[in-house]
Amino acid sequence: MNLSTPKGLIILVVLMFGFGFALVPLYDVFCEITGLNGKTAGQYEGELTTKSNEKAREITMQFIVNKNDNLPWEFAPNQNQMTLALGEQKQTTYRVTNTYNTAAIAQAVPSVSPSAAAEYLHKIECFCFEQQPLDAGEHKDMPLVFFVDPELPESISKITLSYTLFDITNSTAPASDPHKVKKVGN
Amino acid sequence: MSEQTLTIDDHNHHDHGPAKGLLRWVFTTNHKDIGTLYLIFSLTMFFIGGMMAFVIRAELFQPGMQLVDPGFFNQMTTMHGLIMVFGAVMPGFVGLANWQIPLMVGAPDMALPRMNNWSFWILPFAFTMLLSTLFMGGGAPGFGWTFYAPLSTTYAPPSVTFFIFAIHMMGISSIMGAMNIIVTLFNMRAPGMGLMQMPMFAWSWLITAFLLVAVMPVLAAVVTMMLMDIHFATSFFSAAGGGDPVLFQHIFWFFGHPEVYIMILPAFGVVSEILPTFSRKKLFGYHSMVYALIAIALLSFVVWAHHMFTVGMPIGGQLFFMYATMLIAVPTGVKVFNWVATMFKGSLTFETPMLFAIAFVVLFTVGGFSGIMLAIAPVDFQYQDTYFVVAHFHYVLVPGAIFGIVAGVYYWLPKWCGKMYDESLGKMHFWLSFIGLNLTFFPMHFVGLAGMPRRVPDYALQFADFNMMASMGAFLFGTSQLIFVYLVIKAIRSGKEAAKVPWESAEGLEWTLPTPLPYHTFTTPPVIEQK
Repeated sequence: MNLSTPKGLIILVVLMFGFGFALVPLYDVFCEITGLNGKTAGQYEGELTTKSNEKAREITMQFIVNKNDNLPWEFAPNQNQMTLALGEQKQTTYRVTNTYNTAAIAQAVPSVSPSAAAEYLHKIECFCFEQQPLDAGEHKDMPLVFFVDPELPESISKITLSYTLFDITNSTAPASDPHKVKKVGN
Repeated sequence: MSEQTLTIDDHNHHDHGPAKGLLRWVFTTNHKDIGTLYLIFSLTMFFIGGMMAFVIRAELFQPGMQLVDPGFFNQMTTMHGLIMVFGAVMPGFVGLANWQIPLMVGAPDMALPRMNNWSFWILPFAFTMLLSTLFMGGGAPGFGWTFYAPLSTTYAPPSVTFFIFAIHMMGISSIMGAMNIIVTLFNMRAPGMGLMQMPMFAWSWLITAFLLVAVMPVLAAVVTMMLMDIHFATSFFSAAGGGDPVLFQHIFWFFGHPEVYIMILPAFGVVSEILPTFSRKKLFGYHSMVYALIAIALLSFVVWAHHMFTVGMPIGGQLFFMYATMLIAVPTGVKVFNWVATMFKGSLTFETPMLFAIAFVVLFTVGGFSGIMLAIAPVDFQYQDTYFVVAHFHYVLVPGAIFGIVAGVYYWLPKWCGKMYDESLGKMHFWLSFIGLNLTFFPMHFVGLAGMPRRVPDYALQFADFNMMASMGAFLFGTSQLIFVYLVIKAIRSGKEAAKVPWESAEGLEWTLPTPLPYHTFTTPPVIEQK
């Protein structure tokens, strides 16, 4: 690429335009590797790692929710807080109610605080992995099965898991694109 | 054969003047004409952006809602920023480059003259489109010049599509202008002029042009993503669809930080030309000046996240971006000390270009220091989005970029139009601008540290005095720019004939040319003496 000619410079411009778009996946990869941004990993597929011989450290999990765009739906954790041992598998549920009089599709997006804890929170099953279709007025208890890795740093004694609920009924493209749906689960 | 030779000789003897009529300006491929067009365009945009600043400062003259509604106030801050950055500062420097680069490196014209014409003529259309959004339903973009998603996507007015298209056009124009400068500097220097013999202004523009070519496409990419989010149901910046609004800030500032150096490096170049002339000394540390420019340009790519310390970055990220940012103070310090060393023990005279150049060195350094304060991540949490930030970037942009352009115009105007400007008017322009801008922007440091947020049309009572002071300073600064317009027109119409070298001990190829400057120069390249 000869940068003293218009041709070389045009190639550089095109490459940099592409680089702008490449930043989108690069940013995701970077967050995944470093666990920054409080992004939790997708579905956990490894073994349940328990240290059964000694008494595991206990931590507190807090569950909070946010509703985006002033969504009028009812959405709340059925249990606000729990104490659990590291490595212990736990289940909890979130209740959502579609208060519209039409069917709608919801999508929950998780975030973990402190963000350093994100990579130690393993979700075996989560309603956030999938879009949630809801009929008009339908209630649903959505499950979450998870455990916290025993490798969790000593400094963290409390993890807050937040879900933000989005109404994605009108954004047709994500619904028809399975890759997008999978990415949402992250 | 001899006939042919005769014809060619004839050709050389007749000076080809510009075409007649207004269409000259539309079809011109002459670097001097295009430079003039850029500078006039830049000045026009400077006044339009200035009018918007008037609206902002008038609203902020007193606490309480006075003149405009908050939505329109937001449109004013947004458009003021966009127009000053993309319409006034950047075309102003491209105008200086068009005039000066061929003259300073001994080239007959820019390397790609037709593209040069095109890159200018895109701009009036781009800005007409941007300004037309003010008259659209829902109003102009009011989401700040940084157009953070989702304000600029989910919550944007319908006019945002026109804004995006205007940004695309400005980007294409800047990229073409930058490519032209790179190709000219690499291929059309006078024989014998190596890269390390180039004037500092040419060097600063070479680096700037590479920054432009590298980051304007990234800006194009980010506005394209916005366009797709708005109209094609993608979710680059929408969390509901798997995207991330913080991603917008990362991509934007990956463009944005090099962009702020694009707006200041050419001013470094102008000042590095002016200070030696009026100090009657050579520029101190030419080589270190060049390396400092390159270092600043390279570092600008790895500091972007200091604009977004408060988005929730891990401590490691904050530390990295904090230290990387502070590292930039080193090459910048090299430049400032070299300018001071250039003046040290020189026989200084204080003509208008020199006054602007010295004010540049002093006030840019003030802006640089507040920049270092903002780079400290823990205190940035306090300063983020306050008037302290406004004070900081206006100190680097007004007495930095704008003074750089104005100093360059004063310095080279006698060569461009063959007439001298009125020195006492020039000094009056300088002192009123100097007092006006300090009165405007210095109090902003105080209200910012005390917690006044930026981009608000109203404020708490305790900020009232400083805001009134700032508004009065702004009116003074704005109106004194009319002196500049009057001065330039007066110089062109009735100025005294300028000498071939109007400044004692000015050096450089541009001063070897006759005054008034012929329409075509260096049709045969000059001979550079090897030192």
